[in-house]
Amino acid sequence: MAEAAGGPRPRECPGTSSAQAGRAAACQGCPNQRLCAAGAAAAEAAALRERLRGVRHTVLVLSGKGGVGKSTFSALLASGLAADEAKQVALLDIDICGPSIPKMMGLEGEQVHQSGSGWSPVYVEENLGVMSVGFLLSSPDDAVIWRGPKKNGLIKQFLRDVDWGEVDYLIVDTPPGTSDEHLSIVQYLGAAHIDGAVIVTTPQEVSLQDVRKEINFCHKVKLPIIGVVENMSGFICPKCKNESQIFPPTTGGAEKMCQNLNISLLGKVPLDPQIGRSCDKGQSFFSEAPESPAVSSYRSIIQRIQEYCDQHQFQEEKII
Amino acid sequence: ERSNLAGVRHILLVLSGKGGVGKSTISTELALSLRHSGKKVGILDVDLCGPSIPRMFRVQDNDVHQCDSGWVPVFVDQDKSISLMSIGFLLEKPDDAVVWRGPKKNALIKQFVADVAWGDLDFLIVDTPPGTSDEHISTVEALRPYKPLGAILVTTPQAVAVGDVRRELTFCKKTGLRVLGIVENMSGFVCPHCSECTNIFSKGGGEELAKHAGVPFLGCVPLDPQLSQSLEEGRDFIREFPKSAAFPALAHIAQQILDGMSQPSS
Repeated sequence: MAEAAGGPRPRECPGTSSAQAGRAAACQGCPNQRLCAAGAAAAEAAALRERLRGVRHTVLVLSGKGGVGKSTFSALLASGLAADEAKQVALLDIDICGPSIPKMMGLEGEQVHQSGSGWSPVYVEENLGVMSVGFLLSSPDDAVIWRGPKKNGLIKQFLRDVDWGEVDYLIVDTPPGTSDEHLSIVQYLGAAHIDGAVIVTTPQEVSLQDVRKEINFCHKVKLPIIGVVENMSGFICPKCKNESQIFPPTTGGAEKMCQNLNISLLGKVPLDPQIGRSCDKGQSFFSEAPESPAVSSYRSIIQRIQEYCDQHQFQEEKII
Repeated sequence: ERSNLAGVRHILLVLSGKGGVGKSTISTELALSLRHSGKKVGILDVDLCGPSIPRMFRVQDNDVHQCDSGWVPVFVDQDKSISLMSIGFLLEKPDDAVVWRGPKKNALIKQFVADVAWGDLDFLIVDTPPGTSDEHISTVEALRPYKPLGAILVTTPQAVAVGDVRRELTFCKKTGLRVLGIVENMSGFVCPHCSECTNIFSKGGGEELAKHAGVPFLGCVPLDPQLSQSLEEGRDFIREFPKSAAFPALAHIAQQILDGMSQPSS
């Protein structure tokens, strides 16, 4: 450990153990700046770990490509897991610019409340709580026009200040890409733990080419990949019942990609117009269209994710 | 010293707010439509994490070269009527992830705006990633001195998409970017077996939004798997599928933009 350099403290030194240590304006040029900042970062990581102590399993839903159905999948994964009333589920939406989760969960217009123990998630059911920047906006036209650092700050707040309580599954919905939000969530949640990532794609190459980048991102930041979900995989015409490939898998779809990269294909979900309609109405697709073939696809995928998390926990317990 | 954008007559941005609605597809098809009307077009792809444009023109393996005035854009055809710039050309391997935070993205975007030797172009189309963040703020700031014509906003019909596009409209208002109009993409699917039209992603949200926001509605583009296939394989869609349901819609959008050119700007 390096010796602290000598010299007087800056006049408005925030204090070496404060959260602002090394980061306040007065710290610029202080020989201790780097040491203090590192200390503050460690304290922050400890605070996050403490806050997330009650979370048993965390799953990130990623893509790389926009519009493949990450939010739809996250919402249905959370709802599916919460169908077991004995499980406590939390859904965190870190898409700061395009928060779709409130609408999909039928929570548009809801606001976040503060309590002594922090921000309260908005509850859809007693055992399903949601947090999103959408709840902090007062109008549907409000745009969040923020650069990276400000987005990172809010993500940190979501993890540090929301009173999640005891949670069996924390599902994190992300925006498309491999940028600030993704780096930050992996960094902040790294203080606790992440079971793994579910990567959503559609069958066509234009999606797969972005998804391969996302897979590389996961490898770079050592994020385990639970598996890939191929969404919008085939459409059954309601009139003649013939199948059409609206987004043709010209390069073999997710199946071929998973084979090539040795990653698990968790399942394929067909295109059903009722999915979009339920999301728009903020109602559960599972209750609106229980007969849809997409329902059984989702249920099987959710089960596989649960199995992965249970195995993962078992292994951790073995280590301890 | 002459700026690299001095020879570009009109700059248009293609925005959404929502991912996966077809911004890159519409950018590509618009470029092809304008070219068929005899225009020289460039596409600047500022989606640094998910650059889709090179593959759509089947030039994803091309490299970018330097000249005295900066980077030479990649030409997609012999007569050099369409040129492209994208981070896709700068990656060593196509699966390389660009895992950059905002400031690094901003620096590259400024370079893309100032240092590409476009030469003389009728239109420069700027394809963007979804959102209202670093890439969008930096692109608009860097382009401001060159007075862009405006932005086309792409949405799909359903409420979840329209919800994000409303925010993009606010972004345009706040940054002083004129909205040329809204395109409703993936608007209806005609079954090739029985011709039944199903509104897979709902219908009408884009048109309603345009009415509500007081901006022009440029048209609906239906879902066409032949279009997806063609773009995947980098074929010239407009030349190959004039009978497609999507073709008249795309040609109509391009025509409205060209018609807008002959009118004095308000």
